[in-house]
Amino acid sequence: MPDLTHVLAAQVPLSWYLILSVILFVIGAAGFLIRRNILTVFMCIELMLNAVNLSFLSFSHQLKNVDGHIYSFFVMVVAAAEAAVGLAIILTVFKNRATLEIDEVSSLKL
Amino acid sequence: MHHLWLIPAFPLAGFLVNGIAGRRLPKALVNTFAIGSVLLSFLWVLKVLADLQPLEAAYTERYFTWIRSGIVNVGFDFMVDRLTAVMLLVVTGIGLLIHIYSVGYMAHEAGYDRFFAFLNLFMFFMLVLVLAANYLVLFIGWEGVGLCSYLLIGFYYLKKSATDAGKKAFVVNRVGDLGFSLGMFLTLLTFGSLDFAAVFGKAQAEASALNPQTVTLICLLLLVGATGKSAQVPLYVWLPDAMEGPTPVSALIHAATMVTAGVYMVARSAPLYNLSPTAMEVVAIVGLLTAVLAATIGMTQYDIKKVFAYSTVSQLGYMFLGLGVGAYSAAVFHIMTHAFFKALLFLGAGSVIHALSGEQDLRMMGGLRSKIPVTFTVLLAAAVAIAGVPPFSGFHSKDAILLAAHAHAPWMFWVGVATAAMTAFYVFRAIFLCFFGTYRGDAHPHESPLVMTLPLGVLALLSLAGGYFNVPHYLAPLFGGEHAPHDETLVYASVAAGLAGIGLAWLCYVAAPGLPERFSQMLGGLYRLVYNKYYVDEMYDAVIVHPIRDGSRALLWGVVDARLVDGAVNGAGALAKAVGAGLRQMQSGYIRRYAAWVVLGSVAIVAAAAFWGGMR
Repeated sequence: MPDLTHVLAAQVPLSWYLILSVILFVIGAAGFLIRRNILTVFMCIELMLNAVNLSFLSFSHQLKNVDGHIYSFFVMVVAAAEAAVGLAIILTVFKNRATLEIDEVSSLKL
Repeated sequence: MHHLWLIPAFPLAGFLVNGIAGRRLPKALVNTFAIGSVLLSFLWVLKVLADLQPLEAAYTERYFTWIRSGIVNVGFDFMVDRLTAVMLLVVTGIGLLIHIYSVGYMAHEAGYDRFFAFLNLFMFFMLVLVLAANYLVLFIGWEGVGLCSYLLIGFYYLKKSATDAGKKAFVVNRVGDLGFSLGMFLTLLTFGSLDFAAVFGKAQAEASALNPQTVTLICLLLLVGATGKSAQVPLYVWLPDAMEGPTPVSALIHAATMVTAGVYMVARSAPLYNLSPTAMEVVAIVGLLTAVLAATIGMTQYDIKKVFAYSTVSQLGYMFLGLGVGAYSAAVFHIMTHAFFKALLFLGAGSVIHALSGEQDLRMMGGLRSKIPVTFTVLLAAAVAIAGVPPFSGFHSKDAILLAAHAHAPWMFWVGVATAAMTAFYVFRAIFLCFFGTYRGDAHPHESPLVMTLPLGVLALLSLAGGYFNVPHYLAPLFGGEHAPHDETLVYASVAAGLAGIGLAWLCYVAAPGLPERFSQMLGGLYRLVYNKYYVDEMYDAVIVHPIRDGSRALLWGVVDARLVDGAVNGAGALAKAVGAGLRQMQSGYIRRYAAWVVLGSVAIVAAAAFWGGMR
């Protein structure tokens, strides 16, 4: 029985992974810029982070190097912390302003 | 080692104590420190001079190297030779008497401790000046006495005329000091040293190798400095105004000691001046011009201190005449006798002013002979001394100068004799107006206390007998044999001129009091010209002060300061504000806009990296 991972690696070139990563990242970035709902914006951030994770892992696999794995773990840890803090902020904003509209929260400026 | 440094150190200590703690000390203690320090200094001078006699060669003490850089090598050195010895005795002796007198004169003044602190500081700088063994150390003293002069002229600092007079003295002296500094630079370039011994040694040894024009230029530049400090034409204008200071200050600084610093400096530089007949001629003419000019003004003034101030200027002119005709020792002799009788004149005038509770106008005096007899007696002694009546002190020194002038150029002698007549006239005019006739004021004259009359008595003795200190003989080794042939006829001429001046004053102000009035009306315009001091102050105002002030106001203030400097400063502020206002727009508070900036920024960085090939 052939090794499935090798078959896949042989058949799916690196560029496909990278293109997928870019597509995910652009979707995330565009969503961040366009959407107004804070929760959606928050999800877009997660999308961008994971797009980057995907590219890390692809390179890591291609280069036979574990550095990318380590970085993606870092990203996941930070993302988890960020999710906790971010959700707490969103909750507090909602309690105070009764809104999830991102442009309503703009008083922090000069 | 004879510890010359102790001589100026005592007054410096007095200054520090009175300057720092004087306000909290009782008056008796302030007096003790002020007078005690000068007394110690005087005694130390006596001891050092006694030890050093006969003082045939200069005695130098080198303390430390002050400046060493390239060709500039200046040590902090003091020296004593016979010239210094005379100056030291005059400065500390007269200084001591005036300090004692001040105790009485300043008794009721505010700022008592400040006055004595400044007076001590002055003594310190003056002693540094005369002890200096090179031009730069001399310059420390030179500037220091100028500072003290400024501080003491403006002693009554609430009075605008006093502070103005102080400022004027300071600014006018800056003009002279510029000349003096340039003279020092040129000396350094020419001789490679500022040390008196080195410079004069080189000047004498290599006289033929020196460019005579350079030496003349050095001498003339030093003369500019001397005209500032010693109130000669054209920089004499500050001295009459300096009478705004307390009278002991006028006596000590502006009559007896500081103003003779210029004469001392030129006499000290005699080996240089001897190489330049042109410079000598200029010195003589400046002196003569000053003597005549100031004497004529002195004849018309009514403020008793102003009369004596112009008299000082005139007598300093005599000293310069003496220097210019090569009679250095006679000039130094006149420094000494002048210190006696002019200090006495000022202190006597101070005693009169004190008696009349501040009145200085001669027209408001008169008939004081019986009311303040001691003051009258001592002032009379000073007057006969300055008028050149034999055998009193002024006669000896003035005749030495006049005879030397005659040997140099007879016309200078005759102008000098005419000035001597004017001198006798204005001094006795002041005496007669003050002490004869009837009292015209409304104060209650009272004789001054003993602490004031005692120094007056000592000075009176010195004024009468001081001519018998044979200073020219003592200084002869230093300046060479310069004795003019003693001509009896010339002596009679100058004495006759002095007596004529006294007689004329008697005629005008005692015998026929209406005469001066008619006389001045007859002369009309000329009298007004002289009475208004030849409008020299007005001319300086119009030609120098106003153009500089208006130019500074219009150009330096209006354009350079207000437009350029302020423009640059305010422009920098405005620029930062404008940039900030622009950048502030970025901070809108909208999170998505921040994200857009981040995206744009990253795109820009990636694009730039790709464009310039950073990603290879």
